Amino acid sequence: MQSYIPILFFAAIAALFPIAILVVMALLRAKAPNPTKLSPYECGIASATDAHDHRFSVRYYLIAVLFVVFDVETVFLFPWAVMYDKLLLFGLIEMAVFLYILVLGYVYVWKRGALSWA
Amino acid sequence: MEPGLFFFWLFSAVVVVGAVGVVVMRQPIHSALFLLLSFLGVACLYVQARAELVAAVQVLVYAGGVMVLFLYTIMLVNVKRQRTERYLHRQAVPALGFGFLFLLVVGGVVVNEARALAGKAPAADPAALATTVIGSETVLGNTQAVGWVLYRDYLLPFEIASLFLLVAMIGAVVLGKRTMERFD
Repeated sequence: MQSYIPILFFAAIAALFPIAILVVMALLRAKAPNPTKLSPYECGIASATDAHDHRFSVRYYLIAVLFVVFDVETVFLFPWAVMYDKLLLFGLIEMAVFLYILVLGYVYVWKRGALSWA
Repeated sequence: MEPGLFFFWLFSAVVVVGAVGVVVMRQPIHSALFLLLSFLGVACLYVQARAELVAAVQVLVYAGGVMVLFLYTIMLVNVKRQRTERYLHRQAVPALGFGFLFLLVVGGVVVNEARALAGKAPAADPAALATTVIGSETVLGNTQAVGWVLYRDYLLPFEIASLFLLVAMIGAVVLGKRTMERFD
């Protein structure tokens, strides 16, 4: 458990640093707000619509689902990789079968055009 | 208080605060951020239990992948901030009652089991779970232990997992493409 102390240290700095900046800035800065200054803007132009006024393509969600699937796939690779030298050929064939099934799915996804945006 | 116990309570508090935040926040995006906090707290608890691989998976898959799904859902279903809705619904009172009942049942089972175990078996040593004995050799590490068991004793479930992923992939494409062709 001692080996996690540096990580804890980093986590504490990462959590406190933004808070410290906000507090210090709040104390130091000049305060002269007006409605125009406080309005949200993008590139100096007032935003014409709300983000939710638009409809988003379902492609975003499709890409996200495929991302999660391949994310889970990589998770299985880690415990296999660290024990590769003990599992030997058995492990290699096992993983080859696993990846073969997923590559089949990948080819299907590719052929159906789910990875292209147009 | 010993440091291990202190951090257990700290991380548990983070998980509970995150979970409560998911329920009480008015804006879905804030709920999602509290869910992320809860996920990270759970990952910390896994680290404390010496389940480093599960902690990494928690961050990689849940805080990474599943969170992306939630955010995309919020983006896609067009939820605006609900200002007019009453904060506590009419179900609040029965919900509290049933929640308390559920807590009593689960808490009772846990306390009962803990009492029954207290006299008998010694608590499982987390360090023992992170060692693998292969012949005369001892391999250290939780990830290694998981790898050894998963790829030898649970060969079939592992291969079936790939079929599940295949089904998820094909299902997503079939449903998604159909929707796209209808709307484009």
